[in-house]
Amino acid sequence: MKATCWMGPDSVSVEDVPDPSILNGRDAVVRITSTAICGSDLHLVDGYVPGMQKGDILGHEFMGEVVEVGAGVDRSKIRVGDRVVVPFPIACGACAACRARLYSCCENSNPNAGMAEKMFGHPTAGIYGYSHLTGGFAGGQAEYARVPFADVNPLVVESDLDDEQVLFLSDVLPTGYMAAEMCDIGDGDVVAVWGAGAVGQFAMDSARMLGAAKVIAIDREPYRLEMAAAQGYETIDFEDTDVRSALLDMTGGRGPDKCIDAVGLEATHGAPHVALYDRAKQAVRAETDRPHALRQAITSCRSGGVVSVVGVYGGFIDKFPVGSWMNRSLTLRAGQCHVQRYMKPLLERIERGEIDPTRIITHRMPLSEAPAGYELFKHKREDCEKIVLSTR
Amino acid sequence: MKTLRRDPLVRGLGLASAALGVPQVARPADVARGIGVTAGPRQRTATLAVGVRELAAAGGLLARPHPVWLWGRVGGDIVDLALLTRALRRHDGRGLGRTALATAAVAALTAVDVYAAVTRTGRGSETTLTATTTVSTSPEETYAFWRRLEGLPTFMAHLEEVRRTGESTSHWRASAPFGRTVEWDAEVTEDVPGSLLAWRSLDGADVDNGGEVRFSPAPGGSGTEVRVTLRYAVPAGALGRAVARYFGEEPSQQLDDDLRRFKQAVETGEVVRSEGAPAGKRARGEFPQHPARPLTPKELKETLS
Ligand SMILES: NC(=O)c1ccc[n+]([C@@H]2O[C@H](COP(=O)([O-])OP(=O)(O)OC[C@H]3O[C@@H](n4cnc5c(N)ncnc54)[C@H](O)[C@@H]3O)[C@@H](O)[C@H]2O)c1
Ligand SMILES: [Zn+2]
Ligand SMILES: [Zn+2]
Repeated sequence: MKATCWMGPDSVSVEDVPDPSILNGRDAVVRITSTAICGSDLHLVDGYVPGMQKGDILGHEFMGEVVEVGAGVDRSKIRVGDRVVVPFPIACGACAACRARLYSCCENSNPNAGMAEKMFGHPTAGIYGYSHLTGGFAGGQAEYARVPFADVNPLVVESDLDDEQVLFLSDVLPTGYMAAEMCDIGDGDVVAVWGAGAVGQFAMDSARMLGAAKVIAIDREPYRLEMAAAQGYETIDFEDTDVRSALLDMTGGRGPDKCIDAVGLEATHGAPHVALYDRAKQAVRAETDRPHALRQAITSCRSGGVVSVVGVYGGFIDKFPVGSWMNRSLTLRAGQCHVQRYMKPLLERIERGEIDPTRIITHRMPLSEAPAGYELFKHKREDCEKIVLSTR
Repeated sequence: MKTLRRDPLVRGLGLASAALGVPQVARPADVARGIGVTAGPRQRTATLAVGVRELAAAGGLLARPHPVWLWGRVGGDIVDLALLTRALRRHDGRGLGRTALATAAVAALTAVDVYAAVTRTGRGSETTLTATTTVSTSPEETYAFWRRLEGLPTFMAHLEEVRRTGESTSHWRASAPFGRTVEWDAEVTEDVPGSLLAWRSLDGADVDNGGEVRFSPAPGGSGTEVRVTLRYAVPAGALGRAVARYFGEEPSQQLDDDLRRFKQAVETGEVVRSEGAPAGKRARGEFPQHPARPLTPKELKETLS
């Protein structure tokens, strides 16, 4: 089959690889119809995530049709022929984390848990196409994928919604939703969202859906800010504006009640000297992540507020504003999305027309053009926000 | 290849330490008088201190035998000889014969201690590994899963086969470096359903070893805490060195990984495989792994065989 492979930092190519088959009794094999490129994939391509190997298949946002199920799969849950969306964290459904619905912290699904434990103190779940640290699972930017614990993970879609309407249930829609949910939004809350990528856009939609009085988008890509403005959100371009003063200005001096970091470890900074400082530290590995958005979110947030982090961080940062966080009673919440929690309720919202996930799609291409897609997405060319790859 | 634990000389010295230490601690004045020394406060304190040291050595030699305790005894002997020589030099004459006898006895014991320390150092030593995990099954179910010893090889990386040979005995085969295998017979030494299982190898084992697993209810009835202790002799000789190096890669990491796979098997019914680590238990977390892409039919056959 054809598959999009990581061949080294800044090197992606579509390769011929063997078709997947059942490795564990509870696996299924899915013939992929649609898949997407995510901001998380850029962290891999840019070389910031350790544990990648040449030839690894990329991709963790995918859907398709079940073509094979293992002998141990509970067939009342999933059968050959089912149309499924596959959540990016692999969960076993049986461990304490899964029972507590903390699926992305599954204690059983990462065969390389020992490595993850060294990095994080405790291991985390397996993830498709996301380094050997998260298990070394083949990704979904391909024609087929093997799906472990098939009777626990995939969402079976029975309605006749298009792929494009349900594909993002695999990651970015639930992730944006969880970012807003972690904010415990109350009446009259002002919610500021750093990053107007796919995750940020869905975090904004979800914040409004959960009752925010005002939503503010922060980014420096004019087209992404316009996309937010078109939904009625206020915007700040951090390239030419001091974000903290702008936020104070927009909130009568209070600061946003709730702040969402949908940027992660590759943040850039409007002030060149600050950007340079962290870039240099990252280059010599004195810190692994560039935490501009996170620092700004913490110092901007209103006292007693919540800072909700879904932007991905991998290791260690420098100059964490611990004093601001502690003295002002801020709550810091974070997580890889527990996608399985949100798929069904969000599917119902899509079916009821409360959310239109397709609004973020700017590019559609065949799988074979994935490398060009990565270029567009990485360099934000052609106003690229989200690329859907199709195998047909 | 014997472990120090079952070495008669080492045990004998441990018991000797205990036999000396108890009266020295319990009745220092009588002991001092017994060896013909005036039982002043200085002498009593010295005798008490020597007694405490003997008891420490006894505890060490009997409970966790290691050459370091033998060398500790040699050091103690030298101190004792110095004290006795001093006593002899300043002796008032009463009981001189008994002091001389005690000195001669300590000198003889010193010779035995030096012999034991020299011959037991660098021979076999024992390694103990521990690991723990929590699983969501009940203590009874968890115990039952482990009690089926034949199932252990599905998640323990080095084990190739465990075969039941009797009511409480079994035969074990494990992989060793350079394509070698080590085998031993083992017996279950303690078996408390739902809470404890202990076993040890029988005489004639290639590598002396033993272990125990304790199962206890996790707080709030939320499953079972599993604590594993493994002990094995690191034998002398070429095979011993190879085994040591083999287990020595990161032995505690390996036991952690074994236990993680145990948890996977108990909770989900299978040991998780990925394209990067397709061999399940044989994945040793080594790099590079297989790339995260499907295996070729040939690789697949090798892996699943
Ligand atoms: N927690 C999860 O489960 C989860 C799931 C999916 C994605 N993510 C992470 O979420 C983040 C966003 O994903 P995406 O797909 O939207 O990525 P993206 O790359 O499309 O968007 C990131 C945006 O952040 C902007 N940005 C950079 N520096 C900034 C700063 N200092 N302030 C404000 N904005 C800044 C960029 O201009 C860009 O528009 C990534 O880190 C991704 O890895 C997390
Ligand atoms: Zn993603
Ligand atoms: Zn789990």
